[in-house]
Amino acid sequence: MAIDFLKTPRQRLAVYIALAVVLAVLPWALGGLFENGKSWLRAVDFALLYIMLALGLNIVVGYTGLLDLGYIAFYAVGAYTYALLNSPHLQAMLPVWMMHPPFVVMIILAAFMAGLFGVLLGTPTLKLRGDYLAIVTLGFGEIIRICLNNLDHPINITNGPQGLNGISKVHLFGLDFGKPIQWLGLTFDVAHSYYYLILAFCALIIFVTLRLQQSRIGRAWVAIREDEIAANAMGINTRNIKLLAFAMGASFGGVSGALFASFQGFVSPESFVLMESVMVLCMVVLGGMGNIPGVILGAILVSITPELLRDAINPLQSAVFGRRVFDPENLRMLIFGLAMITIMLLRPEGLWPSRRRKLEIHEHEEEATA
Amino acid sequence: MDIFLQQIINGLVVGSIYALIALGYTMVYGIMQLINFAHGEIVMIGAMVTITCINLLIGAGINLPGPLLLLAGLLMAIPVSMLLGFAIERIAYRPLRRAPRLAPLITAIGVSIVLQQAAMLIWGRNYRPFPAILPTEVHDFFGAAITDLQVAIVVLALLLMGGLFFLIERTKLGRAMRATSQNPEVAGLMGVNINTIISMTFMIGSALGAMAGVMVAANYDQAHAYMGSLIGLKAFTAAVLGGIGNLAGAVVGGILLGLIESMCAGYLSSSYKDVFAFVVLIGVLVFRPSGLLGERVADRA
Amino acid sequence: MNAPQQLLAIEGIHKRFGGLHALNDVTLSINKGEIYGLIGPNGAGKTTLFNVLTGLYLPDEGKFNFDGKNLFRQKPYVVVESGIARTFQNIRLFHNMTALENVMVGQHVRTKAGVIGAVFRNPSAKAEEATIKARAEELLDYVGIGKRKNELARNLSYGDQRRLEIARALATKPILLALDEPAAGMNPNETAALKTLMEKIRSDGVTILLIEHDVKLMMGLCDRIAVLDYGKKIAEGVPEQVKNDPRVIEAYLGVAPE
Ligand SMILES: Nc1ncnc2c1ncn2[C@@H]1O[C@H](COP(=O)(O)OP(=O)(O)O)[C@@H](O)[C@H]1O
Ligand SMILES: [Mg+2]
Repeated sequence: MAIDFLKTPRQRLAVYIALAVVLAVLPWALGGLFENGKSWLRAVDFALLYIMLALGLNIVVGYTGLLDLGYIAFYAVGAYTYALLNSPHLQAMLPVWMMHPPFVVMIILAAFMAGLFGVLLGTPTLKLRGDYLAIVTLGFGEIIRICLNNLDHPINITNGPQGLNGISKVHLFGLDFGKPIQWLGLTFDVAHSYYYLILAFCALIIFVTLRLQQSRIGRAWVAIREDEIAANAMGINTRNIKLLAFAMGASFGGVSGALFASFQGFVSPESFVLMESVMVLCMVVLGGMGNIPGVILGAILVSITPELLRDAINPLQSAVFGRRVFDPENLRMLIFGLAMITIMLLRPEGLWPSRRRKLEIHEHEEEATA
Repeated sequence: MDIFLQQIINGLVVGSIYALIALGYTMVYGIMQLINFAHGEIVMIGAMVTITCINLLIGAGINLPGPLLLLAGLLMAIPVSMLLGFAIERIAYRPLRRAPRLAPLITAIGVSIVLQQAAMLIWGRNYRPFPAILPTEVHDFFGAAITDLQVAIVVLALLLMGGLFFLIERTKLGRAMRATSQNPEVAGLMGVNINTIISMTFMIGSALGAMAGVMVAANYDQAHAYMGSLIGLKAFTAAVLGGIGNLAGAVVGGILLGLIESMCAGYLSSSYKDVFAFVVLIGVLVFRPSGLLGERVADRA
Repeated sequence: MNAPQQLLAIEGIHKRFGGLHALNDVTLSINKGEIYGLIGPNGAGKTTLFNVLTGLYLPDEGKFNFDGKNLFRQKPYVVVESGIARTFQNIRLFHNMTALENVMVGQHVRTKAGVIGAVFRNPSAKAEEATIKARAEELLDYVGIGKRKNELARNLSYGDQRRLEIARALATKPILLALDEPAAGMNPNETAALKTLMEKIRSDGVTILLIEHDVKLMMGLCDRIAVLDYGKKIAEGVPEQVKNDPRVIEAYLGVAPE
């Protein structure tokens, strides 16, 4: 929408520069505006990780039209790949050269491992349609989580429900992201430097998604979503193209997972429950399937709203009732659920759908009322 | 003790509960092609309302025999669940009937979150014990242990399923439901009120779900605001295993899933029983992409 | 004139759907450069023949020999790669893609840029993408809907959708173009234009296999015609011959001619 108004390249450039400036100073602004600016910055970091996840899932669900309810498994694969190689847990078992690989190698490895699991999931499910696929992907996600939860015996690989601790932070360009970094007289603490790191990866993933969308591969994905039989009849090897969608989507999740593990410093199976997959799906659908800005908006809203509510709920309660009546944690999730329902009822096509999708749905309405 | 027989019994008990819940999923799916994500929460609410009701009666000093107390609880829980099912469909699904396919899935998830959180606000975060009103005597059955409750669960579940099949196959309502699931437009032209049929489907499914919820709570001696998600997930898996949209499939899938799980828990490892269940599901779908009893849908090219 | 050169040999094809014998020992042979018609009452098995030929359904028995290649029970993309493209009786476009994008998808099988090319836009990938777009525009002009290129396929008129399907099929660079009732639902003007288009396609060197009910159109257009009834071929030959074949008349009228 907004982008449509920006007809000239110059206008567009101006907007991009403005956006870059806003993003660059955002952490300082948060620190200045809010007392708890630090925790807000962490929330923003997580929102960025969710944007990557949502963009990855968007390839599978939004472009290719395959309903995946176990997407968080790939986030888990990325996170555990990073955690196992960068924490003391397996130090005794693994050869030295395998531990603490350089960051770039690590990210590529996480993306690759997740992509591999994507193919692993994709292969047996190629023939399945719609909701059958949904339940199988859901099952796959649960299988991964349960395995992470139980692979502490007979050999302790994942350390079970306790998860892995002491994951080392990123070292890049001679900088240790685990300590405050001094630069030009400014101090960047951990959440702050990670903000820029994650932002950079986020930008990279947006770029890759954009390029894929406008390519032969992207068109083949959408063709499969639109009509798989016709896509077949046009000579698209639907098998490989679908596997590619699974692998690409998964690899985004893997990158996000690796960054998550290093940022958080510990991982446990609890972070990869079904509800997380469901939330990422909500980001994609609420925002506007298949539309990159929409998906980003969805990710931001779904991940930030509960945080906003966390701060707002108690003042709200005392304003309405004069005291705390309800458990704020439940109340905030309840309001969140209500918001989800309301948004979908008001805008079934999502908040920011691609132009063509909006067209399609409104035509539908006209047909219905006609 | 005979492990094999014991696991069969446990599997049948759990499996018939799954089957009852799976019927709710499959009926809704058959008519609207919608995964009613909130169905698990209906099951939970059924259990919670029953427990509260029984506790109130006991608290009021009304000393009825256990089964009657239970019946009183159910008489309260079933209408509540039916009303809830009705309301959910009206509010969250009906306006989206012509919307993109995933929109009602998201509202369903939203409803599920709302119900879960509302239940926590009402009943708190802790486990609610199931009141000790039922006989706990254990009988010996060819070397395996079996309780009256277990027998009652299986028998009641079978009766309910029989009733449902009778309703669907033999009554006017059932005929209208079948017609609607075959082709809503044609059914509409033939004078079937589709909205009424869909509402009825939700209410019947919810009633079955509520009873299943009570069975779960009685069987495990407790209920919890979060219990709906796991049991709902299992039952949905069962429905898909049997072939979603197919009533007999839901029953077969449910019982099979119960047996698979208890066998795995008995002989392999109980931590991996869900993994095993999903692996079986994937295996079945690889060879029969529309489930065990599902119709093979050939694409018309 | 040169002796006709065989392009596609269909031999003894059987296809059953449960108890229904939808194709029963069908044998046909199509020559290079001809327009070969396939007619028969509804449910005769014409579309099914297309579906087994293009790999969407698996035939039970028989042989497909196309241009020296064995296409029996091959995957659809192999069939398209070998040079057979098709349209569908009930239009199957990518409805929410533009006309141009539909035709661009059609070129998938003749292009090869992968993820790397897409992301880095190296010179060869860039050039390929430019060619895809230029060719898609050319093809839309060729079938006469160049002006509609940026409209969503679903918003095109019925006749234009049929044309778009043909353009999309042509984008795969076929040797044989199989059209399933392309004139269905068209008015006489549109049908006449379609006929001109098919003649143009043939004169550009593409062989055509055509299913159509419009007898007048078929008689004027086809070099040879085969007739299917209840899954069996009951006649084959030049249009005049087929038109007067008593079995054909019986199949269509349900009674033997006096
Ligand atoms: N996928 C399918 N499953 C079952 N029967 C089919 C299928 N496709 C076609 N048929 C049946 O095969 C017969 C031939 O159909 P079709 O090839 O579409 O006929 P035509 O195109 O000549 O009108 C019909 O009786 C039709 O019902
Ligand atoms: Mg046909």
